[in-house]
Amino acid sequence: MKTLLERFRQLRSYPTAVIGLIIIALLVIVSVVTPFIMPYNEAIRLWRGGEDIWGRYPRNAAPAWQNWFTSTDVSNTIILDSVEGDGNVTISDLSADTREARFSFEFDFPYDTFPPELTVFANARYDSKEPFVEMIWITPDGREIRVGEFAVSSNTSFRFNQDDRLQRRLERETGIDGVSVVHGLFDDPAQEGLQVLPGTYRLDSIGLLFEPESELDLAFVSYGEVHGVAGTDHQRRDLSVALLWGTPIAMAFGLLAALATTVITMVIAAVGVWYGGWLDAAIQRITEVNSIIPLLPILIMVGTLYSRSIWIMLGLVILLSIFGIQIKQYRAIFLQVKESPYIDAARAYGAGNMRIVFRYLVPRILPLVIPAIVTLVPGFVFLEASLAVLGLGDPVLPTWGKLINDAATQGALFNGYYYWILQPSVLLMIAGLGFAMVGFALDRVFNPRLREV
Amino acid sequence: MNNDNGHMEISHTNGQALLQIKDLHVWYELKRFGFGHAGYVRAVDGITFDLAQGEAIACVGESGCGKSSLMKTILGLNIPTKGDVVFDDTSLSATKGEELRQYRSKIGYIQQDPFGALPPFMTIERILEEPLMINGVTDKEERRRRIAKILEEVKLTPINEVLPKYPHMLSGGQQQRVVIARAMVMNPKLLVADEPVSMLDASVRVEILRLLRKLQESHNLAVIYITHDLSTVRYFSEFIFVMYAGEVIEFARMEDLLDDPKHPYTHALLDASSDPNADNALVYREIPKGEPPSLVNPPPACRFHPRCPHFMPGLCDVKDPPNFEVSPRHLVNCWLYDPEVQATNLESISVNNAV
Repeated sequence: MKTLLERFRQLRSYPTAVIGLIIIALLVIVSVVTPFIMPYNEAIRLWRGGEDIWGRYPRNAAPAWQNWFTSTDVSNTIILDSVEGDGNVTISDLSADTREARFSFEFDFPYDTFPPELTVFANARYDSKEPFVEMIWITPDGREIRVGEFAVSSNTSFRFNQDDRLQRRLERETGIDGVSVVHGLFDDPAQEGLQVLPGTYRLDSIGLLFEPESELDLAFVSYGEVHGVAGTDHQRRDLSVALLWGTPIAMAFGLLAALATTVITMVIAAVGVWYGGWLDAAIQRITEVNSIIPLLPILIMVGTLYSRSIWIMLGLVILLSIFGIQIKQYRAIFLQVKESPYIDAARAYGAGNMRIVFRYLVPRILPLVIPAIVTLVPGFVFLEASLAVLGLGDPVLPTWGKLINDAATQGALFNGYYYWILQPSVLLMIAGLGFAMVGFALDRVFNPRLREV
Repeated sequence: MNNDNGHMEISHTNGQALLQIKDLHVWYELKRFGFGHAGYVRAVDGITFDLAQGEAIACVGESGCGKSSLMKTILGLNIPTKGDVVFDDTSLSATKGEELRQYRSKIGYIQQDPFGALPPFMTIERILEEPLMINGVTDKEERRRRIAKILEEVKLTPINEVLPKYPHMLSGGQQQRVVIARAMVMNPKLLVADEPVSMLDASVRVEILRLLRKLQESHNLAVIYITHDLSTVRYFSEFIFVMYAGEVIEFARMEDLLDDPKHPYTHALLDASSDPNADNALVYREIPKGEPPSLVNPPPACRFHPRCPHFMPGLCDVKDPPNFEVSPRHLVNCWLYDPEVQATNLESISVNNAV
């Protein structure tokens, strides 16, 4: 019998275990760091937020890494905000009350594809007279296109795509019937068909302020077709929030469920064997009945009728798993250990029942239990994801399973949003693989007889 | 010295007994389908003897004769079905719970298989600490001191090298020394040794037996030495009794029994014991025919009669033999030594001597 530490050191001789340990270590690091970089309440607020939070994010954008694999350079999001100090802002007095604020947003557009949307967000402070904004689009080849004008109330957005007059103006400008606004603005007239004219574009906005105290802020967003490390969903939400926060949730659920189930099962088996009699018989009958009760339908029932809270689900999973069939396996070993001379010796020097159960029976089975805990983790991680995919995930928490569920309901694969399903699925698989590889290696370290098989 | 039902009563301590076994019965209930009663296994069926401080007694018998049940009952691990065990003025049948736990901790227990007797996941230090911790020695220094002292006594040195080891790192002899140290660490007055050397190499047997003898003398211990191997018995006990099918069939001083056995079963047992002598390879040894009897339905009257070479039909299978004192302190539970039987059948004596 070697110490636990020595056995864990033996893992180093299994390359799969090393890879698995690295995966687990990364997952654990992410799980630990995530709550610090994005506190729980912040994550919940972001994930439940609407246009107010996600307005400047593109809809259904692919992750930025997609550009590494394609020859076309897909447009990325460009945000220019006067509050952030972007663009040139000059303010001049026109009369005693009226001032003119000129916003000049200049940006480089090197991409091969058109942006899906263009929007100007305006925010003004005034007493009674709304400021007025007029915008001009200047292309890299020097053409000037009047975009339009609008009166700014406190929070106003001007969506280029939705402006009919701009669309008709661009039809005349380009000579293409039914041309969309973005195509019209970025098209290279020198080339056949719709081609992006790469270069430096400029949006000049002239804001008229009719009150001395009035203030005006403008922001221009050219939405990208790719965004960030993980892309966005149909509600413009950044998928990285859910991918990041899904990690600690998956880890917590998997580890807690695996640890609690195994430890409680082991203790139940040990207590049953040690006390024997009706207690053992009762445990055996409960186990047999419990082993034919299907877990998932009960979870679905509770999720549908009572609560979908992840903690309720976790409790239920543990409750339904502790009288698992492993009790039989542990019992078989405990029955053997119970007859060991050292147990007799312990009783002879006065060890009490609880001491014998926890100090003499349970340690004997640890070599079997430690690999079991690790191997069980992916099962519970997948179970949590499965519940979410079935629409029974926690209504509040962003998780991996929830992303897959959202993607499925939004027809992600049909629409070509492969990344929406790919990323959470790959994370689930990697997590499962990591634990499985370590678990199998541990099994070999702790139960050397397996090495021959 | 005979009681009504013919069970042997062995008393030689003149009221100064440390341990008194009084008409002890240990029966295990057999169950049918988990609840119905299906009879008893009569593992120990009426045994009485005394043991004084500083005295050693050996108990021999083949496997399944009830010696382990007797031993476990003395240790307080089994509950007497009938009768009682009184150790150090504590009656086993009257103790429960915490008292029972304390009763157990006052008797040292040495087991047969030293490797099995030591929990494989504990260090030697931990193994020796456990009894002390359980019995309220909370001071770490005190525990260390007592462990060091006892390891010194069982000659397991250097102590600091031994303590952090696990049982599998020690040799069989060293393991048995740890078992002895564990049994001695609570300073018991009584040591129960269950075949302490039968699993050891012949080379270390004598050392372990000498060690036990030395401990017995230096601590004035009472020792119950249980074995099936008569060749190791000589080393320490003054008295010996032979068990067969849950009963004591012969009791005597060590030399008397070994040199002049009376009961036919004792004869057979002595014949079967190994003696490293090359001539023995050519000697045909008669062993009792048949197998040890069922303890659920033991044979009526004398339990040895189905296997006995001197079986007297109409007597041995009908009437329980009383104890006959063939010489001072030598009791035998056999009809062959009934003066009446001997008178009516003079031949039987010569038969007996021929065995």
